[in-house]
Amino acid sequence: MTAAVAAPIAAVRGVRFGYARHGREPLGVLRGLDLELHPGELVALLGANGSGKTTLLRLLSGALRPDAGVVEVAGRPVGEWPRLALARQVAVLPQHLELPEGFRVAELVAMGRAPHARRLFGSTAEDEQAVERALQDADAFDLADRYPFELSGGERQRVLVAMALAQEPRLLLLDEPTLHLDLAHQVALLRRLRQLHTQRELTVLAVLHDLNLAAAFAPRVVLLDGGRVAADGPPDEVLTTETIERVFGVVSEPVFSSDGTRLIALRVD
Amino acid sequence: MRTAVAAGEARPLRIGLSLTRSVAVLGGGALLLAVILVLGVGLGSTQVSVGDTAAILAHRLLGLPIPQTWPATAETIVFDIRLPRVLTAMLVGGGLAMAGTVFQAVLRNPLADPYVIGTAAGASFGAALGIVAPLLVPALAIGAGSELLGLGVVQLLAFGGGLGTVLLVYAVARSAGRVQVITLLLTGYAVSSVLAAMVALLMFMSGRALGAIFGWLMGSLANASWTALSFATPLLLVSFVLLLARWRRINLLLLGDAQAASLGVDVEREKLVLTMLATLATSAAVAVSGTIGFVGLVVPHLLRLLIGPDHRLLLPASLLTGAGLLVLADLGARLLPGGGIPVGVVTALIGAPFFLWLLRRSRLTRVDAGA
Repeated sequence: MTAAVAAPIAAVRGVRFGYARHGREPLGVLRGLDLELHPGELVALLGANGSGKTTLLRLLSGALRPDAGVVEVAGRPVGEWPRLALARQVAVLPQHLELPEGFRVAELVAMGRAPHARRLFGSTAEDEQAVERALQDADAFDLADRYPFELSGGERQRVLVAMALAQEPRLLLLDEPTLHLDLAHQVALLRRLRQLHTQRELTVLAVLHDLNLAAAFAPRVVLLDGGRVAADGPPDEVLTTETIERVFGVVSEPVFSSDGTRLIALRVD
Repeated sequence: MRTAVAAGEARPLRIGLSLTRSVAVLGGGALLLAVILVLGVGLGSTQVSVGDTAAILAHRLLGLPIPQTWPATAETIVFDIRLPRVLTAMLVGGGLAMAGTVFQAVLRNPLADPYVIGTAAGASFGAALGIVAPLLVPALAIGAGSELLGLGVVQLLAFGGGLGTVLLVYAVARSAGRVQVITLLLTGYAVSSVLAAMVALLMFMSGRALGAIFGWLMGSLANASWTALSFATPLLLVSFVLLLARWRRINLLLLGDAQAASLGVDVEREKLVLTMLATLATSAAVAVSGTIGFVGLVVPHLLRLLIGPDHRLLLPASLLTGAGLLVLADLGARLLPGGGIPVGVVTALIGAPFFLWLLRRSRLTRVDAGA
């Protein structure tokens, strides 16, 4: 693989992290996590609730600092990056984001340019091009003059993607981007992300819940369990019946579609 | 694809504020404010003709060589009494409206006003202490009349009380290097309650100074002077310039702490800086006028409804609007029968129903959420 040759865009080494709690032991979330992301990779991050997926994303974006271990972006520990410079490397599409009312979509997407801002009051031609390109790439150009309350769930998600693209990051972190989307929009969003990953040479790390969707989306799947990486590799190798039962406590069996694609059928009873 | 066709059309993409619109809004606002300034100086219980008012202002402010045809009393009234009062109203109204805009954004709370995390309670306590202490401890009375930077002891204590209380509230609310908005609001409420109780105690002990404390709490522009103005104006201007320079970061904070951080904002530092800058303006305003309510709460909402939530425009516009509205309110307070009712009463009596009307009429009520 060529990815192995290039230096990692992000590296997490022996990272431990716990959320401080008043008068009690910190709530340990990550317990010695190791992970490398290489430039141009498309990775799905899976794991049970509380396994540390969101925490990992927050560490990578610099919102949290590890208690132990190292988190590096482009070869430099996250804590040593100036904030604006880090924001030019890493963009986040969060799980919850309440878009402030009164701003048009184009203005919100232009906020994604903040890490690149060079004028005190105005924007540069470069900014305007980046916003236009982000709106087009996220399939949100038609929404440019709408207000947040005029957006459906799927449109909102396209706007968030456009905001992240306007930031022109090298690494895009997505926290459950398909949450609250219907099936068609889930597929459309993931297809768009995959196109962007190719077009813009973006490295993408996306937290997903649907195992089959993750397998169809990403050539590499990372499965977290109890704050560590339980399995990491191509979907067919990671999402085995045994691993799924061990990590999620759910019984499943593989089935194969007519074209040979391996699918995971869950047993409910 | 449908979208591809739409994207191909040459539709200009507007990503930010239009310059013409900004100039129109701010220019129009400035012009209106100038008219209000002349009205405020020209009208009052003593008649001074428009011509005389304009001539006196041109003579004294612009230094124009105009032959003196007006009576000396007119000059005293216009220049020494009305003008500082009108300018103080502008300073106080503008400062409070601007600070309210910032607090509503930083605290992401539409109910926030410039006083919400302790400025008013702290300043009131300082002022009440300044009024009462010389009466209770005669030795202090010797220093009571002295001035520093053109301010009396009461004004200085009010200024220090407001600023100091917010610092205290901020320090108490801080935990593990972070300040959560809800903690900050509740801490502000608790500290304000203690200070309010102490003000009540001072009022109880104040005897004949009760009226002075009461008048201060209701807010008044009657004590306006050039010296007080020369103290408060630079503070307000510095605060305004530094806040305006941070417009982008204030906008980003509206996205929430996490998203602002991932866009490169040092959220905790920024919140502290913004809070202190807004508090500086608030304390300066309160020191010269007492606690005038309502302007700082309502003007930001009013403007968000009218011109949108972008702080690049919202901050200067709130300064102009707050300034104009308080001059008008003070004019009302001066001209209404009964003579010299507190301006805070006028702002609430006229402003609140107007605001309700606007709120009901507006179809953009959702814009008003402030967050």
